[in-house]
Amino acid sequence: MLDLLLFGVFPYVAIILLLVVSIQRYRSQRFTFSSLSSQFLESRRLFWGSVPFHLGILGVLFGHLIGFAIPRGVQLWNGDPLRLWILEVTALVFGSMALLGLIALVVRRMADRRLHQPTSIADKTLHVILFGLIGSGIYIALFHRWGSSWYAQVAVPYLRSIFLFQPNITILAPLPFAVKLHITLAWSLVAIFSFTRMVHVLVAPIPYLWRPNQLVIWNRRRGDQGETPTAPTEPHRPNAAHDAHRTGEAVRVREA
Amino acid sequence: MDVRAQVSMIFHLDKCIGCHTCSIACKNVWTDRQGAEYMWWNNVETKPGTGFPTKWEDQEKYKGGWERKNGKVHLRAISKAASVSEIFHNPNLPTIDDYYEPWTYKYQDLFDAPEGSDQPTARAVSLLTGEPMNIEAGPNWDDDLGGSPIYAENDPNLEGLTEAERQALFETERLVFFYLPRICNHCVNPACVAACPSGALYKRGEDGIVLLNQERCRAWRFCVSACPYKKTYFNWSTGKSEKCILCYPRVEAGEAPACFHSCVGRIRYMGLVLYDADRIQETINVPDDQLVEAQKSMILDPTDPAVIAAAQKSGVHESVLEFATRSPVWRFLKEWNLALPLHPEHRTLPMLFYVPPLLPVMARNNDGVYDTSSPDLFGSLEESRLPMKYLASLFSAGNEGHVRYSLKKQLAVRLWRRQQTVGDLDSAVVARLLSEADTTPEEADAIYRLTSLPLYDERFVIPPSHREEVIESLDDPAAYKGLTGFGPRVEPRRGL
Repeated sequence: MLDLLLFGVFPYVAIILLLVVSIQRYRSQRFTFSSLSSQFLESRRLFWGSVPFHLGILGVLFGHLIGFAIPRGVQLWNGDPLRLWILEVTALVFGSMALLGLIALVVRRMADRRLHQPTSIADKTLHVILFGLIGSGIYIALFHRWGSSWYAQVAVPYLRSIFLFQPNITILAPLPFAVKLHITLAWSLVAIFSFTRMVHVLVAPIPYLWRPNQLVIWNRRRGDQGETPTAPTEPHRPNAAHDAHRTGEAVRVREA
Repeated sequence: MDVRAQVSMIFHLDKCIGCHTCSIACKNVWTDRQGAEYMWWNNVETKPGTGFPTKWEDQEKYKGGWERKNGKVHLRAISKAASVSEIFHNPNLPTIDDYYEPWTYKYQDLFDAPEGSDQPTARAVSLLTGEPMNIEAGPNWDDDLGGSPIYAENDPNLEGLTEAERQALFETERLVFFYLPRICNHCVNPACVAACPSGALYKRGEDGIVLLNQERCRAWRFCVSACPYKKTYFNWSTGKSEKCILCYPRVEAGEAPACFHSCVGRIRYMGLVLYDADRIQETINVPDDQLVEAQKSMILDPTDPAVIAAAQKSGVHESVLEFATRSPVWRFLKEWNLALPLHPEHRTLPMLFYVPPLLPVMARNNDGVYDTSSPDLFGSLEESRLPMKYLASLFSAGNEGHVRYSLKKQLAVRLWRRQQTVGDLDSAVVARLLSEADTTPEEADAIYRLTSLPLYDERFVIPPSHREEVIESLDDPAAYKGLTGFGPRVEPRRGL
């Protein structure tokens, strides 16, 4: 029964929360979308926490995504013991980076008085879930070998069954406690995602890599002086927060 | 030719008395909020001095602005590739300790303290931690050369000076300083805009005001390090960057910004200039010593028929063209060549121009005698207490010619007026000085008038912004009925 709740029902609750809350928050509370960087208050320790944490967690995330995309490829790769070792050690290195980085970040938050005021309950909850999630992941990597193989064989079919709306929870029944904890915490992270600073992942500035340097925004179309303004080309959002910014977004954006 | 209009500014440093009224006006209107306590969108610095934030001019430390390398101009700190790795930790970001830790006092203790043998005191408490703190820095901590051995000596502009010149600056009897009020320069090639990964910063097309969309800012913090003037600030409470908005609600209504309006010395002028946006790239890509000339040549003559025709084609409003011909900025900058940009070497094309100060240049200390005499009236310029090299480091990327020209002309205007009103100078000598300073009696009188006697409408020539023609005039007029009106419609509260 608990398995059904945790692995059959909770995932859907989590995914719905992620989608609905993120979209609604972006539409009505866009001001709150921010990485909420605290580097301005404390920079030196942040380096030793933030950089390893982000690199580690991104490595782990991509590892999981690759396994999800090509489980058979992972199994084939793992056919050779040497390659299996390479994969497992790489994953363990990324996981350890993420864990050590997270510990450094949490210690920094607790040690520096200046960071107490900008640290919210949501941040603390996030820290706990991330700690449990990464910690259980590393525990699995160390004591339930080989994680990459059975992830491809057991966890991926389960995840696929979730996304195909035919949750197959029986496949998870024989798994050890650490794995079940890991899966539950992963869905918990999805569930609280849109209530926390995690939303900065959704607005990662990837278009910056190809956008032009300068950005010029016109309040009215150029060249229509003295005439009745024509309708804007982009949809107009009347409830955006700031006057000037609203006009900026609504009217033609000209790249210089 | 792509003609654009820019609200541009002149600060006449010879008139600045360092009263900080501008800073207070700005603080009261815009930054009297949690997270913004330490921000001074407008601040007044004592020069020589390290300024605010400390040593903001030291680009070895902060890596702000643009850099020209092998014929290409790129941001000094952030390349697009580097932004991927540095987004997790920006190595060039100033921290709050480079500004100061904001504080308040426990005033209530003055009332609540139990009776005792000591006077109760109001201790300083940090606004970051709420704990008692010792105040170790603040805005204008080195005002009027306060603590100059610690602060002023570290002024990056002193680098080009010899040891003897440096020593001379700080001998007590020969101390010299002037004030440098600073706001956002609303640059034509802003580094903050180019560095913003989320595209929150932008330049307004119609008037060139550089704004930061609070709803798009995601606290990636690159604007703070990219601005060579350190005029974008990070709000630690909301997790958003903020900057000077040039009081655009006032400017749109034809009123001067709060800092301009409140200026006691009336040093501030605001007007329009037209510039050719097609020439931005070639303008920023010239050697340092030609930058001032290049930037000035980018600015177009609003009376030139070819410019007017091109401006109309580019969609510049008729009224804007008319206001541009009366612009005080045009006169100080292009007609009289008195004004210079601050640190043009960062290639952001700042649109705030300074008339360099003459006042500390006038007199010298001669064996304990305050000496204003010189064999030739211009002699004192070259032997000035404030080395020309120092002013050139601030205002012309090291090109002393521009500074000398401006100071010489200002001095000639002074002597011309002295001859006119006091009459103790030989008119032939003054006539020679005027022509040496590349000016005429008519021009000298015009400079004198706009410097000393300008009326409000002559200092601030701000065109209507034609809000009635912007796209929002299509909105349902009842759409915002019952809402707050001006300002944010959603409380700008920190996210979770």
